[in-house]
Amino acid sequence: MKAAAFSYVKPRSLAETFDLLERHGEGARLLAGGQSLIAALNMRLDTPRMLIDLNGLRELSGIRVDRDTIAIGALTRHRVLELSDDVSRHLPLIHAAMPFVAHAAIRNRGTFGGSIAFADPAAELPACCIALDARFVIRSRAGDRRVAAREFFRGLYETDLRSGEVLAGGEFARSGDPYRYSFQELARRHGDYAIVGVATRARIAAGVLSDVRIAFCGMGPTPMLATAAAAALDGRACSRDVIAHAQASLARDLAPFDDLYQTAATRMHLARVLLGRALAQLTADHEC
Amino acid sequence: MRFTSATQYIGASLPRANALRLLAGRGQYVDDLQLPRLAHAVMMRSPHAHARIVSIAADAACNAPGVLGVLTGEDVAQLCRPYVGVLLHIKGMRSAPQLPLAIDRARWQGEPVVAVVAESRAQAEDAAQLVEIEWEELPPVTDAETALDPGAPVIHPEFGDNLCFERVVDTGGVDAVFARADHVVEATFVTSRHAATPLETRGIVADFNPAEKHLTVWQSTQVPYMMQWILAHHFGLPETSVRVIAPDVGGGFGLKIHVFGDEMAAVAASLVLGRPVKFIADRLESFVSDNHARGHRVKLRMAVSHDGDILAVDMDDLYGIGPFSGYPRASVNEGLQVVNLAGGPYQQRVYRGRSRAVFQNKPMYGQYRAVGHPVACAITEGAVDLAAAAVGMDPADFRRRNYISPDSFPYTLVSGPTFEKLSQHEALDRLLAMMDYTGLRREQAELRLCGVHRGIGLASFVENSNSSSATYGQGGVSIAAQDACTIKLTATGGLAVASSLTEMGQGAHAVAMQVAASAAGVPIDRVKVILGDTDATPYGGGNFGSRGTGIGGEAVFQAARALRANILAFVARLTESEPSLLDVREGNVVDAEGGALRMTLEDVARTAYFRTDCVPRDFQPELTVTRSYAQKYYSGVFTNGIQASYLEVDTDTGFVKLLRHWVVDDCGTIVNPLLVDEQIRGAVVQGIGAALFEQCIYSPEGQLLNGSLIDYLVPMAAEMPDIEIGHCVTPTATSELGAKGAGEAGTAGAPAAIMNAINDALKPFGARVTMQPFTPERILRALGKAGAV
Repeated sequence: MKAAAFSYVKPRSLAETFDLLERHGEGARLLAGGQSLIAALNMRLDTPRMLIDLNGLRELSGIRVDRDTIAIGALTRHRVLELSDDVSRHLPLIHAAMPFVAHAAIRNRGTFGGSIAFADPAAELPACCIALDARFVIRSRAGDRRVAAREFFRGLYETDLRSGEVLAGGEFARSGDPYRYSFQELARRHGDYAIVGVATRARIAAGVLSDVRIAFCGMGPTPMLATAAAAALDGRACSRDVIAHAQASLARDLAPFDDLYQTAATRMHLARVLLGRALAQLTADHEC
Repeated sequence: MRFTSATQYIGASLPRANALRLLAGRGQYVDDLQLPRLAHAVMMRSPHAHARIVSIAADAACNAPGVLGVLTGEDVAQLCRPYVGVLLHIKGMRSAPQLPLAIDRARWQGEPVVAVVAESRAQAEDAAQLVEIEWEELPPVTDAETALDPGAPVIHPEFGDNLCFERVVDTGGVDAVFARADHVVEATFVTSRHAATPLETRGIVADFNPAEKHLTVWQSTQVPYMMQWILAHHFGLPETSVRVIAPDVGGGFGLKIHVFGDEMAAVAASLVLGRPVKFIADRLESFVSDNHARGHRVKLRMAVSHDGDILAVDMDDLYGIGPFSGYPRASVNEGLQVVNLAGGPYQQRVYRGRSRAVFQNKPMYGQYRAVGHPVACAITEGAVDLAAAAVGMDPADFRRRNYISPDSFPYTLVSGPTFEKLSQHEALDRLLAMMDYTGLRREQAELRLCGVHRGIGLASFVENSNSSSATYGQGGVSIAAQDACTIKLTATGGLAVASSLTEMGQGAHAVAMQVAASAAGVPIDRVKVILGDTDATPYGGGNFGSRGTGIGGEAVFQAARALRANILAFVARLTESEPSLLDVREGNVVDAEGGALRMTLEDVARTAYFRTDCVPRDFQPELTVTRSYAQKYYSGVFTNGIQASYLEVDTDTGFVKLLRHWVVDDCGTIVNPLLVDEQIRGAVVQGIGAALFEQCIYSPEGQLLNGSLIDYLVPMAAEMPDIEIGHCVTPTATSELGAKGAGEAGTAGAPAAIMNAINDALKPFGARVTMQPFTPERILRALGKAGAV
């Protein structure tokens, strides 16, 4: 299929980008890696009048490590994240999740910011950002603002981004040693969107879990933070009963829907299985 | 110089000569073709499964930029004679006349209704959005299970109900055997509608030249001559005014042997416009316009004795074929194979089988790789495992006990087909050795103790190949059962081989090359193969139904042998020798005894073509020969074999991990082992797709819910196991070459092997799955672990 006709412009600065957004408003789309947008255009599911190609904006690209934070620019390709030593050292959860993000050919083009702004609830990176309590940096002519990841995802494919704004990147706290991480996912075929995925972070001291954050993808209209399950684990040693309680608590945290191949109930079952496996991975080498 | 060894390429694992060209990106597929004044067609399709077309308003589209024409069903009907997809020798089957574009009523979601033709594809798509079609939705009949209910909407009111065809086979005595059998096992098996999803979608360029009233068609097709006949007949052109060219074809799998309305509409557009028109099905419309296959529901019972003898089989098959039987091959062959082959690879005693094909408001339906065999195999092998368990026998022993006795071939099934000769016992022995069956069973038992649930599944299969005219010709359908080959000796002593075989990525080109070089005695790098052009190749059926090497390859063999004989006769005359004392080796005519050079083939050609003064006046060498071959002994020559799957079921998630897969196949003489093995591997992968992934999912209203490659899951490399292949070799006596088909057997057996392996893994839980694909949801449900809905 061929996309409906649209205009294309590749701005050289963010200021120019803001001008274009102002001028074209709802009729404009921002193009990053194009791995979702171009398909939507070709299927004529979306027919914007103007495509604003961000790929000329170097300032939106790259990984920067500061004393306390690590920042990922919106235009950073998935493949760069996957292969980055900085990410593997400071954001091991994202490092673990990257191989689950589609296929290498898609990772070569797809971007961090594209995945966040598209906000597919089954995508891996939004869930990781919630689990890591990331902040997103949003720029507009009015200046910068920062939004916590868990506030950013508002509904199915719906985010906190307002008209005239550009997602510039994400900021993460550098991980300290006491944290352990697990990323688990079930997909029918390697590279498919997750039926269910879980990004988990916790401290473990003397077998006791604390500061537990659990985020699911594929289990609701947005990436879902499992606060009840986390509460069931926080401050406890990871016994069979505690795990079962956390798994049961997911009923309060998650809102899965039927998909083509699985019922909501089955997906809830799978989420519970996956949480068990995540906890097993987190607590490996620690007595439970 | 002496030439002692025969030139021998039959049996050699040579890389395909045309592979490098394709890998280098120098393939020429239909969509690569650019012609002056080429126009592009797109189709408006019905958004409803069943709806009346109230009105079509196309003025805005006609006036849109670049638009050359807008054709409705009535416009095309002015040019194209309607078609009816029935085979006359299949008693009682019926279908209604069909036209390329729907008139008055659309009968499936995706049926083409309007063709918009413009200077570019993008302009045509833009204009198509301006066509306004007013619809009045009609109640659809989508579920085959209820299509025959009284009160169900009837798609063709003149028939009174939705039955297309029913076949019943009954030896008698079935109920009596079941009544006194020691054990009766039964199950309901479901296989799902598939789309063939070749890498290259369907496509056509039609170029009608009004000055000479000649139509040239480039089409992604497996069957150029069938299409030539169809186009001439339905568009009222002399056959000699229609040329069909199959350029490179990126996968066929049986999809590209059918007539499709959108492609016929593109031809009509070229007739109207007098300029070339291209139509390429995009991936999304392919899902709703390609013929589907494999959507069966089969109930099967098997009666077994204490000793493990299969006493009787009773089965009932039902499937929905869309609103019309497909043209020109009909949509009932799948059901025929199911009813004919259920219980098939085993000694048959008492049998009752019924297959019913019903009309429904879903896409057209037809032949797809291993037509019906994967269904017949799954229901038979699934029941065999149940029966073995019921009598407490090992599944391998149970199969061996029930195989057809090796001394009873040719063996005719009670349902009709005859097996010329099978090698079931040998294949089983070889398979069990290859996979170390005993060791694997031990490993399985040990792992079970650690909570790891692995399964071993066996599936014996038979596969029809080398069909006679019983399939189509005897049904009044103009599809050649023979193939032919013309070979000429070129002026420098090479071979130009023109064959009615077609290449769609499977290696027919390489087969023709190897057979011709071997049989003529010419080095393979001096052989050129010409395929896929009705102006350039002799008449023949093309490639479908595992007939390429067995039938087309035999014609090549015969032609090359005949050319060799002519060369020997000529040289014998020139050198005052006897043909029997000479031979052709490595491109030279030599003494059969001792190998001394008599003449190079270049000298032979030069003498025959340029130095006719050196040729005796009363002798005319004939260095271009044509030979044809048709298999006339059996309705088809059956191949056989057995597959095994070893896999692990994650009983918490229902996920299946394929660990290893084995195939022992008997396709008779093997021309190129590399090609055969890769054909089998590719076919197994397609069978794995059926078992684990592929399924067209419909809403009750007949809307396809997963019509894209994101949602319709095809098997991909990461999930595939290593597939080990072994062979038995039982050449067919119906030809000199002795080759049988190899392209479909892998697909026939793989779903059954995987089903049986999953059920073997689930055995400790008393769980069982019989509905393909075996998704995590279905496996969890069988285990009682899927939550309440």
